[in-house]
Amino acid sequence: MSSIDSPAIQVCGAVKQFGSLQALAGVDLEIRQGEFFGLLGPNGAGKTTLISALAGLQRLTAGSIRVMGHDVVSDYRAARSSLGVVPQELVFDPFFSVRELLRIQSGYFGIRRNDDWIDELLASLDLTSKADTNMRQLSGGMKRRVLVAQALVHKPPVIVLDEPTAGVDVELRQTLWVFIRKLNEAGHTIVLTTHYLEEAEELCGRIAMLKAGRVIALDTTPNILARVSHHALKLRVAGLDCLPAALQTQGAVLQDGMLQIPFERHAQIESLLAAVREAGAGILEVEVARPDLEQAFVEIMNAEVTA
Amino acid sequence: MIAFRTLLYKETLRFWKVSFQTVGAPVLTSVLYLMIFGHVLEGRLQPFDGVSYTSFLVPGLVMMSVLQNAFANSSSSLIQSKITGNIVFVLLPPISWLEFYAAYVIASIVRGVVVGGGVWLASLFFSWTGVAHPLWALAFVVLGAALLGTLGVVGGIWADKFDQLAAFQNFLIMPLTMLSGVFYSINSLPPFWQALSHFNPFFFMIDGFRYGVFGVSDASPWLSLAIVSAALLVLAGMCLNMLQRGYKLRG
Repeated sequence: MSSIDSPAIQVCGAVKQFGSLQALAGVDLEIRQGEFFGLLGPNGAGKTTLISALAGLQRLTAGSIRVMGHDVVSDYRAARSSLGVVPQELVFDPFFSVRELLRIQSGYFGIRRNDDWIDELLASLDLTSKADTNMRQLSGGMKRRVLVAQALVHKPPVIVLDEPTAGVDVELRQTLWVFIRKLNEAGHTIVLTTHYLEEAEELCGRIAMLKAGRVIALDTTPNILARVSHHALKLRVAGLDCLPAALQTQGAVLQDGMLQIPFERHAQIESLLAAVREAGAGILEVEVARPDLEQAFVEIMNAEVTA
Repeated sequence: MIAFRTLLYKETLRFWKVSFQTVGAPVLTSVLYLMIFGHVLEGRLQPFDGVSYTSFLVPGLVMMSVLQNAFANSSSSLIQSKITGNIVFVLLPPISWLEFYAAYVIASIVRGVVVGGGVWLASLFFSWTGVAHPLWALAFVVLGAALLGTLGVVGGIWADKFDQLAAFQNFLIMPLTMLSGVFYSINSLPPFWQALSHFNPFFFMIDGFRYGVFGVSDASPWLSLAIVSAALLVLAGMCLNMLQRGYKLRG
């Protein structure tokens, strides 16, 4: 399979067994080139195990993984050259400066003179002034950015970020996302695992949800959100003491002058507002709340439990 | 090839950046041995005819430094990388297990040679020793350092904690070196201990090197060469097998 038209990542029947624990229980997943893909799931769902297997840090018990069409075991050189991984843990080599480290990392990927790209990376990640500083003297946020730079020295077509913004301040998070978005627009495939659901919602075109080593949902972000059909109309009302019957059947809740009415289609809004007016209430504020990923996440996870 | 050269460069630069600890300290320790043992035993012992005790001691100390530092280099680098987690930086790139092995072991040889060379230079203040067969001497330095560098890779990968590696070093490497005839000729030992010494590969490394320096030794240099080479081959095979399987590195 040529790497031009192959999927960026193809996971087939991935099983990983640690003794009696099954970290991956048969994962099938295909991520197309150029996607911004989110991998979500609670702790212990198998996200990091999947990424480790993808990166060649762990070997699957069964199944296979290809990166840009290259098997991560039998064709590991091509697979690893196509992949840049930002690890979850804040690891660093205390012996070297930022520039030394990036030069060394370039060399590991077979690139000898890489200073132009290294300078560009340092500038994009706001690290230029720290180029000759020893890793030990950097703050946590800076170390995190160096990790990103290290993953990108060889301009990999596929970039995996394993919870890259855990413990990172808001400003840095924004800088990082602007940069990663730019990479995605330039054609890099991005795979992101995160605990910040709003981040995945904002950035990812498609999402896979993992639980107990299995993919329990895999769809575009809008489709996943649509699964949670409950939009809600939030109204601040005056002169409403009890709920009219029409709204009660709709599942509305009235509390401290806030009326919250769930609905499925936007076309319903008009009739809902009419029902409120008919009950003799004055409407002071109107807000339409969209379902968010957090809610989708909880609902899909719960559905899985009761299924 | 660039990946291998980079890893070798990084492993060499790593010890060079802390050379006080990795080169200066072991040279000083050996010089102290030389001063103290030389002072106490000079004139009382003469293991080889025509060779003073201090002169006899020099090649033993040089070789002991080569071996211990070759082991320390690969083993400490690996255990530190494993414990701090930065081992991922060498596991993520397309570096083959053969390149990985070669880079760590050659860097160990470089450290062994640098420290051994330092001890030899320092020893010139105490006794001038010419080198009778430089090629023999070099062969044992390189083979011995490669053997211990390989053992360091094995130990560094096997150990999960600094404590386990320290046990490996203190209960295996240290006694085998100290009992290998660095400070004495095994001909001075009772027959039982003499026979036992012949099961210690460290004895052949040091004895072979001594042949290179003095042209005299307890065992034939060819026998030493064969035993050291065979030990290296067996251990390298074991180590390469571990690396190929990803033992403890790629779960």
